[in-house]
Amino acid sequence: MKYLKLIRANLFRSKRRTILTVASVAAALFLFVTLRSVLTTLDDAKEVGSETRMVTRSSISIVFPLPEAYYQWLQTVPGVSSVTWSSWFGGVYRDPKDFFATLAVDAETYLPMYPEIDTPVEQREAFMAERTAAIVGSGLMERFGWSLNQTINLRSTIYSPGEEWPFTIRAVYEPTNPSFGDENFFFHYEYLYEKSQFAQPGWYIMLLSDPTAAASVAETIDEHYKNSRAATRTETERAFQTGFVTMYGNVGFLLNAIGMAVFFAILFVAANTMMMSARERVNEQAVLKTLGFSDGLLFALVMTEAAVITIVGGLLGVGSAKLLFGLTGFQGAGFLPGFEIKWSTSIVGLAIAVLLGVISGFVPAWQALRLPISQTLRRVA
Amino acid sequence: MALLEVRNLSKVYFRDSQQIPVFEDIDLSIESGEFLALMGPSGSGKTTLLNLIAGLDTPTTGEIVVGDENIAAMSRRQLAAWRSRHVGFIFQLYNLLPVLTAYQNVELPLLLTSLSKRERRDHVMTAMGVVGLTDRTDHFPRQLSGGQEQRVGIARAIVSDPTLILADEPTGDLDAKSAEEILTLLQRLNEEYQKTIVMVTHDQRAADRGHAVMHLDKGVLTR
Amino acid sequence: MKIPVIYNLRSLRQRPVSTLTTAVGMGLVVLVFIAMMALSRGFRAALVDTGSTENVIVLRKGSDSELTSGIGRNTAQTIAAMPFVADGADGRPMVSPEVYVLISLERLTEGEALVVGRGINPEAFDVRKNLEIVEGRMINPGSPEILIGKSIVGRFENTGIGDKINFASRDWTVVGHFAAGGSSFESEIWGENEQFMPAFRGEVFQTVTFRMDDPSAFESIKESLESDPRLQVDALREYDFYAGQSVMLSQILNFAAVFIAGIMAIGAIFGAINTMYAAVGARAPEIAVLLTLGFRPLSVMSSFLLEATMIAVLGGLLGGLFSLPINGIVTSTTNWQSFSEVAFAFRVTPDLLLRGVIFAVVMGLIGGFFPARRAAKQPVVQAVRQV
Repeated sequence: MKYLKLIRANLFRSKRRTILTVASVAAALFLFVTLRSVLTTLDDAKEVGSETRMVTRSSISIVFPLPEAYYQWLQTVPGVSSVTWSSWFGGVYRDPKDFFATLAVDAETYLPMYPEIDTPVEQREAFMAERTAAIVGSGLMERFGWSLNQTINLRSTIYSPGEEWPFTIRAVYEPTNPSFGDENFFFHYEYLYEKSQFAQPGWYIMLLSDPTAAASVAETIDEHYKNSRAATRTETERAFQTGFVTMYGNVGFLLNAIGMAVFFAILFVAANTMMMSARERVNEQAVLKTLGFSDGLLFALVMTEAAVITIVGGLLGVGSAKLLFGLTGFQGAGFLPGFEIKWSTSIVGLAIAVLLGVISGFVPAWQALRLPISQTLRRVA
Repeated sequence: MALLEVRNLSKVYFRDSQQIPVFEDIDLSIESGEFLALMGPSGSGKTTLLNLIAGLDTPTTGEIVVGDENIAAMSRRQLAAWRSRHVGFIFQLYNLLPVLTAYQNVELPLLLTSLSKRERRDHVMTAMGVVGLTDRTDHFPRQLSGGQEQRVGIARAIVSDPTLILADEPTGDLDAKSAEEILTLLQRLNEEYQKTIVMVTHDQRAADRGHAVMHLDKGVLTR
Repeated sequence: MKIPVIYNLRSLRQRPVSTLTTAVGMGLVVLVFIAMMALSRGFRAALVDTGSTENVIVLRKGSDSELTSGIGRNTAQTIAAMPFVADGADGRPMVSPEVYVLISLERLTEGEALVVGRGINPEAFDVRKNLEIVEGRMINPGSPEILIGKSIVGRFENTGIGDKINFASRDWTVVGHFAAGGSSFESEIWGENEQFMPAFRGEVFQTVTFRMDDPSAFESIKESLESDPRLQVDALREYDFYAGQSVMLSQILNFAAVFIAGIMAIGAIFGAINTMYAAVGARAPEIAVLLTLGFRPLSVMSSFLLEATMIAVLGGLLGGLFSLPINGIVTSTTNWQSFSEVAFAFRVTPDLLLRGVIFAVVMGLIGGFFPARRAAKQPVVQAVRQV
C-alpha cells in the first residue's frame, strides 16, 4: 500500500500514454464480453425448453404441419398430463426485416402450460374473451411503441400473403425466464383457422406427468405415427430448442477465434506500452536498487503497474458494455432473447484483464529484476 | 574498532574473454565518524571501489566487513536489504525520481522499513530540516535548482540514519556557490551528527573538507 | 525539400520491437476484418452465384421465399406454354417446375440442420446454372433416388453413392453427387418431382423457373406474368431473387465485421499513437537537427506521418498474409431468410486484401497524426538544447 504513490506517479509519468493504453484495454474488453455474451445467450436459449414439456413435430422437418386429429390421441398417451399446440404464423409488422415470432396457439391449453407468459389477470381474461386478441411481450410493445388495447395489422409470410390481419393487443406479458424472450406475439388459433383453410398445428406440446418418462413417451408417440401420412418426431422441449440453436452453425468457434485475435492484438499494445515505459526508467530503477529496493520488489512494482492499467481498462470495458446493453435493451433484433452481460462473463473479462497485465508486464518486470545496478548508473553518468 | 574494513580486495571485469583488472589486493580501514575523500585520475576505479563498499557490486576477491558483516559474501537479495539499512548514497547527477516530489523522493528509503506513515513523516521532515528545504517538500525535481536537487539527494541519503554515507562526486555537476553549500552540509553531517562519510571526488577543495585523503592510482591505494 | 524516405525506414529498423508489436497489433485487426468480410462475401457469393440473369423464377404472389410459395400444376403448365420461354435444343421449353421442402437431418458434427430438398425434372439441369453431375449418375424417373449436392457430402450421414437416406418415412438411394459452381444448390438434396410430391406436400410445386427467350425483355415478361389473373404470381430475375435471399444475413455479417474490427481498430490506433509519440520524443534531437538544416515543419510532419503509415502498411500486409489460409475454408449456417442450411466457403479476394491494407493505412494516419504534428511544432531552440 505504501508503494501506491510510487506506482501512481509512474503511471502518470505520461498521462497520455497511460490513458490511451487503458482505453485500448477497455475497448478490447468491451468487445470481449460482448462476444462472449452472444455465446452465453445462445447457450441459455438452449436451456429455455423445459424438461417436462415435450414437442412433437413432423419427422420430415418443422415446416410440415401435423393433423388436428392428433390432438385426441395424444391426450391418451400414458405419462402425458395435458396437450396443446401452436402454429407459426410468420407475422410481419410493416418491415419484414423487423423480425419477431408470431404464434397461433390454443390459448386454453397453451397458456396453463407456459407459466413463463406472465400477464395480469384482467388482461388475461380480456384476451381469452376476444377472438382477434393478442398477448404481446413487453419488449415488443416497447420496440414498436404499441399500447395496450391498440389494434394493429400484421401480414403473414405464410398465410394469404398480401392480406392484412388485424389484431387487438389485450394483454402484455413479462417472461418469468428472460431467455424465453419478451418479444413474442401470441394469438388465438381459432382466428387463424377461421381465416385460412390451410391452418394446421405446426407442432404439439405435451406436459409430462412424470419427467422421467420422456424417452418412453417419445417412443410411444413416434411409433404410433411411424407409418402414417404425417410421421412424427418427439423430443423434450429442451432438445427441440437446442436444435434451433445449433442451426446457427459453429458460432462458438468463430466468436472464440475473434476473441483470441482481440486478446493478442491488445496484448501487443499493452506490452509495447509497458516496455516503452520501462526503457525510459532504467536509471531510476538502478537508483531504487541502490536505496535497497530488492530485485523482487522491483519486479512486483512493474507487474503491479501493468496490472493496474489492464484492470482499470478491464473495469471500464466491462462496465461500459454492461451499461450500454442494459440501457438499450439490445436483443440482437430478436435473435438473442435475454441478451445480457452476466456477472460470470464480467468476471471472466476481468480475469482476462489480469492475465493481460501479467503477460504484458512480465518482460519489463523481469528486466527490472535483472537490472545490474552499477553498470546502469555508469551508463548515464 | 573500525567501522569498515576492506581486505585483499580486487575487482576484475570480464568482457568476452578478456580480463580487465581494475585494482588488486586493496586494504582499507575506516573508523566511525571519519570523513574520507577518495581521489584519483579518471578510470582509476574509485567509483568501482565506492560501489563495492556500497554493496552495489561484488568483488572478485577479498572481504568487505562493515560492523561485523562481510558483505562480499552476500547474495543480491541480502545486499539489497543490507543497503537499505546501512548505506546512504549521494550521486553526482542527484538521480531523483522526476515523477515524485522532493518529500516523496526523501521518503523512498523509508518505504522499505516498517515505519508507520506518521513516523516516516517525522523522519522525512527532520532530514529536510537538516538540509534546509522544508519549504520545498512538494516541489518536483524539475522545479528545483541543481543545488537544491542535491540537497534533496542528501536528505534521502540520511533519512534512514544509515551506517555509512557514500558520495560519488557530489559537487561534480554544481556551480561554485552550490558546491560550497553542499560541502558545508556534508561537513556538518560529519561533525555535528557524527556521520561516517566516504566521498569520491576530483576536486582538491572538496577533498580538503574531509579528515583524510586517499589516492587510487593504477590499482594502488595510498594515503 | 522532402526528408528522404530512407530516414524513416532506418528509424523503424532501429526500434524493431516497437515497430513490430504495433504492426502485428494492426495486422490482427485487419485479419479479423478480412476474415469476417470473407465470411460475408462467401455467403453472399454462394447465393448470388445461384441465380442466372437469363432466368426468371416464378413464385406465388406475396411469397418471400421458395418455402412458402405454392404453384399448381395448371399454373405451371400455363407458364411453360408462354411465348417468351426459351426452347431447348430438343425443342421443348426450358422450364423447371420444382418442389421445395426443408428436411431435418443430423449433421455429423453436433446438431441438426434444415437441408433443402428440391424436386426436379431433368430440365432443371439445363435451365439452372452451372449444374453438372460430378460422381455417379442422374436419377432414373420413377425411382426413389436422390442426388446430393457437393457440400452435403461428408457432412451428413449416408451421403455416399449407394447409401440410403431416410426421410418422409421412406428410404432414398443416393445415386449421384452434383456440383453447381459453388452456389447454394450444392447444399441441397435433389429428387424427382413425381417422387417428392406424394412424399411431402402433394400436388403442388413451389416454384417454376424458366429461361427467357430474350433476357432483355424481362420487364415485359414480368408484367405479363404478374398481371395475368389466372396465375396470381410474382416473377423475378433468378439472379435478383437469390441475391435478395442473402441480404439479411450478409448485412448482419457486414455490420458485425465493421463493428468488431472498428472497436479493435480503436485499440490499435491508440497503440500506434503511443508508439509514434515515443518515437517523436526519442528523436527530438534529430528533429531539431532537421529543422536547423532547413527542412520545413510540414516536411517533418509528413515524414512522421509516412513513418506511421509504413508501420500500418506492414500491419496490413501481415494481416492479409495471415488471412490467406482462411480462403476456401467451408463452413455452413442457416440462412434465416430462407430457413435453410447453406454451406459456403470463406472468400478472401484481392480486393478484400487491398481493403485490409487501406483500413490499416487509415489506422496509421489517424494514429500518427498528433505525434507527427507534435514533431513539426517542436521549437528548434529547445530541441537543440537537448542535444
